[in-house]
Amino acid sequence: MLYKGKQKIWSDYQKEIPDDHWFYVRSCIRQNFFPASEVTFLRILRDELGKDIYETPHHTTCGGIAYHQECIPQETQMTIIARQFALMTEAGYENYACSCITSFGLYCETLETWHEMPEVLERIRENLWKACRREFNIPKYLAHSSDLVYKFRNEIAERAKYKLVNRFTGEPLKVVEHIGCHYAKMFPSKGVGGAEYPYVLVGMAESWGGNVIDYPERRHCCGYGFRQYHVKANRGYSVSNTHKKFESMEPYHPDFIVTNCPGCPYFLDRWQYVIAEQTGKTYGGDGQGIPVLTYEEMAGLVLGYNPWDIGMQTHQIAVEPLLDKIGVEYDESKKYEGSGGKPLPEPEFPMNIRCC
Amino acid sequence: MIDFGYTLSKSGTLKIENLDDSRFKALHKLEPDAYKCINCGSCTASCSAGVFTELSLRKILLSLQRGDEKDYINQLQSCMLCGKCMLVCPRGINTRHLILSISKIYNTVDR
Amino acid sequence: MAKDNVIVIGGGPCGIEVSRNLRDLGYTPILLEQQSELGGHLRLWDRLFPEGVEARKILKDLTSDLKGVKWFTDVNIESIHKSRKGYTVNVDTGMSFETKALVVTTGFKLFPAERKQEYGYNIYERVITNADLEQYFHTRKDPRIQNPKTIGFVHCVGSRDEKACNRQCSKVCCATAVKQASEIKELFPDAIVYCFYMDLRLFGRSYEDMYLTAQKQYGVRFIRGRVSEVSEDIDGKLFVKAEDTLLGKPMKMKLDLLVLMTGILPGESTTQLSEMLKINVGEDGFFTPRDTILEPCRAKDAGLFMAGACTGPKTIPETLSEARATAIQVHKYLSR
Repeated sequence: MLYKGKQKIWSDYQKEIPDDHWFYVRSCIRQNFFPASEVTFLRILRDELGKDIYETPHHTTCGGIAYHQECIPQETQMTIIARQFALMTEAGYENYACSCITSFGLYCETLETWHEMPEVLERIRENLWKACRREFNIPKYLAHSSDLVYKFRNEIAERAKYKLVNRFTGEPLKVVEHIGCHYAKMFPSKGVGGAEYPYVLVGMAESWGGNVIDYPERRHCCGYGFRQYHVKANRGYSVSNTHKKFESMEPYHPDFIVTNCPGCPYFLDRWQYVIAEQTGKTYGGDGQGIPVLTYEEMAGLVLGYNPWDIGMQTHQIAVEPLLDKIGVEYDESKKYEGSGGKPLPEPEFPMNIRCC
Repeated sequence: MIDFGYTLSKSGTLKIENLDDSRFKALHKLEPDAYKCINCGSCTASCSAGVFTELSLRKILLSLQRGDEKDYINQLQSCMLCGKCMLVCPRGINTRHLILSISKIYNTVDR
Repeated sequence: MAKDNVIVIGGGPCGIEVSRNLRDLGYTPILLEQQSELGGHLRLWDRLFPEGVEARKILKDLTSDLKGVKWFTDVNIESIHKSRKGYTVNVDTGMSFETKALVVTTGFKLFPAERKQEYGYNIYERVITNADLEQYFHTRKDPRIQNPKTIGFVHCVGSRDEKACNRQCSKVCCATAVKQASEIKELFPDAIVYCFYMDLRLFGRSYEDMYLTAQKQYGVRFIRGRVSEVSEDIDGKLFVKAEDTLLGKPMKMKLDLLVLMTGILPGESTTQLSEMLKINVGEDGFFTPRDTILEPCRAKDAGLFMAGACTGPKTIPETLSEARATAIQVHKYLSR
């Protein structure tokens, strides 16, 4: 692999990401899958870096899940998005950041539609006015929240307590980066690094000491695919895609996977359990799986946050072997201690995959 | 093992990683025209047996070239050696000899 | 009586042949070339299809007799002024030339392969281009070519591809791929060679024989299907995906070498001169002649002529024929 060639492409696909004052919207499903990730994002941006990030409880779904399952028409979905923009406008913000990749893709698609067909934009303005008497401005800048963490990767590196380095060997950790399909595949110019060789997660991992692996099925979907998973009869197809990725990355012995999408970390994490229970195969060392992190979790670990505060106990694949490699201090007895010391229910252990 | 009600699907991708082309090479030696096919489909279109069975000489030859022996080769069983394909082949392939050579090299009779 | 100057811009095979023929008709051609040597792309090629004649021999023959042609290399056009009398061409060396007739033979450039990002040129070590391979055939030196056992050729890289902003067929790459696949098989007889094509577009006399020889004698395997993506596995081998559309199956394979048949785009100077001289260009960026059938070598403006690959992809013999035809058109124009 010629690193210079990639750098050339990365330099061609840089996007402007403003420094401060963001209207931030959460993802519908991330709050259930990896509930502490978004909190960790806010903690890093607000408390560590002193940025102004605004949230409102009036924000709703962007309609993406329904849209991608062909349950709602595009016009309805665009009007939902128009309402989110109205909330931003009312709060006095111009920069819009979303936590969800599907939302990000949909925002890009909607803005592009309005750009190409101004008459549609006018109709949506009318729809929104009729529906809830709101008006909106189009955001000046649209970013995915991983773009923001990417933007501040060097500031985070300066404050880092740990590096993505194996403390037993001194070698950089081997990182698999997985980008959500809707991040840049539809609009390559909207993603940091473009669609073929996205740089957004590579940039973070490299700034924090890790080494990114380029494996053959890097571009392949995580397998979620919305209705491919949501309909139970299709789940074999969903898990087969994930299986394909694991088979492809296996020879590289990755230390962990980092993702920037709501669905990907969930499926890359949970399907390892299903594959192990169906086939007996595991992909991490010693009968364990490969830990799968969100980029906020990766940033949180580097900054030395307590792994149980950033939700590492909600993973299927145990993260302790990774924490040990990095040298993160943690108290195993507090793994299932909720806020205020209240004990959380402890999960059952699977048969074919070791989870510590 | 747990039954989740769904399982891994088998990949339909043809994997050409360590292609063993020794048999095709042997075929090529016996019938030098084995590589000449341009996939025009004339043989299949005029095939007497192809109307009633799956037989497609074009597909058989192509799959053998790809080292994929299992999927199509049994189709040869229904060939009647009528020779219509030989009449229509624009590349002048001796299809009769080709079919007999395939049978010899790939032992289709024993299958 | 001394006859007129005629300025020819572009010193590839076309410009050379136009100049030689104008010289033979009694004119004083002034041939301007941007590079430091005459010959254009022909300098970079090893052998030419269909018979495999050495490109350098053709170039040597073309340049062996330039007596009476005033040629200049390392020359960039600064500006061109059109007047009632003809054209004044100013170049960066400070010289200035007057002419009643101007011939543009600025040719083509190869599609920059790195623009098809999914093929990983300049990213994956063993991905090379048709031009790289010609260079290798000549020098036999390229660290990327180490006794390859499996080799793939991808046709239509940057041609017939709207995503790459070039919808057109580049015309000569299919024949080049078949030629190169046979040549590499000669060097590495044990290698398995695949050609991935969308349609095989080999036209012209004895090209079919070249194809047949590639199949029968060299055992080149033709796969109707376009390579969709390339990656690298842990051993540095290339991992390639395509569909065998004739078998109806997706396929993936490991290769030691992948050759990208880069297509043909208008040359930089073709684009530059189209702006300077206000020559009409098609959507593909090549010059549009006055009449594509009856007057393919003349621009709309009187006194302005064009020949060779600046009006679209062409083989060397086609280019040379067009060059000779253009010289006669110029002569007819100047003696009217």
